[in-house]
Amino acid sequence: MEKRTNHMEYMDGMEIINSSMLDEVTAVMNDYDYSKYTGRDVKNALMCEKLTPENFAALLSPAAQPLLEEMARRAKVETRRHFGNSVAMFTPLYISNYCENYCVYCGFNCHNKIRRAKLEKTEIDREMRAISETGLQEILILTGESRSMSDVSYIAAACAIAKKYFNVVGVEVYPMNSDEYKKLHENGADFVTVFQETYNSDKYETLHLEGHKRIFPYRFYSQERALLGGMRGVGFAALLGLDDFRKDAFATGMHAYLLQKKYPHAEISFSCPRLRPIINNDKINSKDVHEAQLLQVVCAYRIFMPFASITISTRECERFRDNIIKIAATKISAGVDVGIGGHLDGGKKGDGQFEISDTRNVGEVFKTIKKQGMQPVMSDYIYV
Amino acid sequence: MEDKLILNGHEFTSRFILGSGKYSLELIKAAVKNAGAQIITLALRRAQGGAEENILDYIPKDVTLLPNTSGARNAEEAVRIARLARETGCGNFIKIEAIRDTKYLLPDNYETLKATEILANEGFVVMPYMYPDLNVARDLKNAGAACLMPLGSPIGSNKGLCTKEFIQILIDEVDMPVIVDAGIGRPSQACEAMEMGAAAVMANTAIATAGDVAAMAAAFRKAIEAGREAYLAGVGDVIENGSRASSPLTGFLRN
Repeated sequence: MEKRTNHMEYMDGMEIINSSMLDEVTAVMNDYDYSKYTGRDVKNALMCEKLTPENFAALLSPAAQPLLEEMARRAKVETRRHFGNSVAMFTPLYISNYCENYCVYCGFNCHNKIRRAKLEKTEIDREMRAISETGLQEILILTGESRSMSDVSYIAAACAIAKKYFNVVGVEVYPMNSDEYKKLHENGADFVTVFQETYNSDKYETLHLEGHKRIFPYRFYSQERALLGGMRGVGFAALLGLDDFRKDAFATGMHAYLLQKKYPHAEISFSCPRLRPIINNDKINSKDVHEAQLLQVVCAYRIFMPFASITISTRECERFRDNIIKIAATKISAGVDVGIGGHLDGGKKGDGQFEISDTRNVGEVFKTIKKQGMQPVMSDYIYV
Repeated sequence: MEDKLILNGHEFTSRFILGSGKYSLELIKAAVKNAGAQIITLALRRAQGGAEENILDYIPKDVTLLPNTSGARNAEEAVRIARLARETGCGNFIKIEAIRDTKYLLPDNYETLKATEILANEGFVVMPYMYPDLNVARDLKNAGAACLMPLGSPIGSNKGLCTKEFIQILIDEVDMPVIVDAGIGRPSQACEAMEMGAAAVMANTAIATAGDVAAMAAAFRKAIEAGREAYLAGVGDVIENGSRASSPLTGFLRN
């Protein structure tokens, strides 16, 4: 293979904003030594009304693992206080799986031989109409990361179609410049989620070998550029298990914390993906994140930033999802198809990014939420 | 004479304004009944669309709707949400929430005042959620607000009357109903607000997060009624109020 490019150097056309947040997050993450915390630190953190970053660090440490029940109890109180018993519902829609990145863990990567496809506008319209008929009012539009096959205008057009059928439109697409986010916002999108995958830039470099995604700082500053482009809120995530998940979870929380401090009006959300098996890939052998560790991370996010929305993915099984919405998660997807064109009668045109675990449709998830004494909420925002 | 809460000429016998967010829709009817509430708030962002269920279907028809502008970050958005609420048949009452802080959800008094001026001119019964600031309170009154809705403590915190001294100043100085909103976590705190002379109390999270929503609604009603009766009866001497004898001590003096 050719010599790899410098992943810290911006490529032509990438907007550079004036911010020191990357240095701040990197510094606290590098200083984070989770082995130094004791059960006493964790208990102290759980007794604090408002947690400091140091308290958050304790909650993510191995010392907190035996205190998971206490953490879950505290998390539940915070969730109820801020969200009552409501659980937001949405579904993701993959409109294209073309990708120019080579990320060794991802099913969409450009060297992976999968069926590539993108939906035409008429197909997007039909898919969205089909989804809206299930009662959902919120949609998340996703693409693989290809600027040539799914350019900003194409994504903007999809947002405009989505706005016909849905109240809330979010995007999870390749990082772009603030003026491009502005264009998506003008076309109806209002929430931008970008997974940093891992906050360890050295590890990041070894996993993202080619493409725009390789540029670590450009990805890191996506949320800030999205807010500068007028978006209402932004989502954060590390793909837990790619690197040391405790450090990555700490960095994710700190990234969101510092951003909310700088932009107090911004709505914040967390996603909590961990690695799932994918097509044609046996290269990864990273540290496992079991359910207990995942629960620890989710509870730590909730207690540290009690007002943030937390989304639980269909990568997790029905049992885990049904229980986590009673404790800490506030948003759940349903009727999910991670392939291209899966909501149409004609069937799938393109393969999916990963395998999902919870295959329940919207009605089933809706009923389960209600049966648990919770209130499903289809839309929690108003545009005027 | 019957003791009434009067908002821009609209009369209510209940002084308990019930929030409708944060709990299951099926419980709304029971909560309204047990609360004896005649005004119920609703977030327009929740009442919009929703193919499965609409909160409006669960609110008894004889209750006055108080749509709020939650989600608005400034006066302009609050005004647009208010107009939309009226267009969608939610009536003339509007609770203004203008918030640009996602962490504490503290109201932006400046934007709230701007929205109040516009909406009062358009004939709305404007009920502004505000930080208890005397100067802003006077400006809100001049701008045509129907009442003041100062926060007791941050929304959802259940911490009670953290701003007690400042709410008391509003009650004492601004001649209009002061409705304590946000932060009331227990019936005892609601009772205390009423004893202070608050015209009404608004509560949501405290009821929504109770083990038994309907029973907690009833508990709040009783506390609010007790506090109101105590206020009307004239709270007896306590050291913090200074001494106030039942008959004048200086009555023996001659001119």
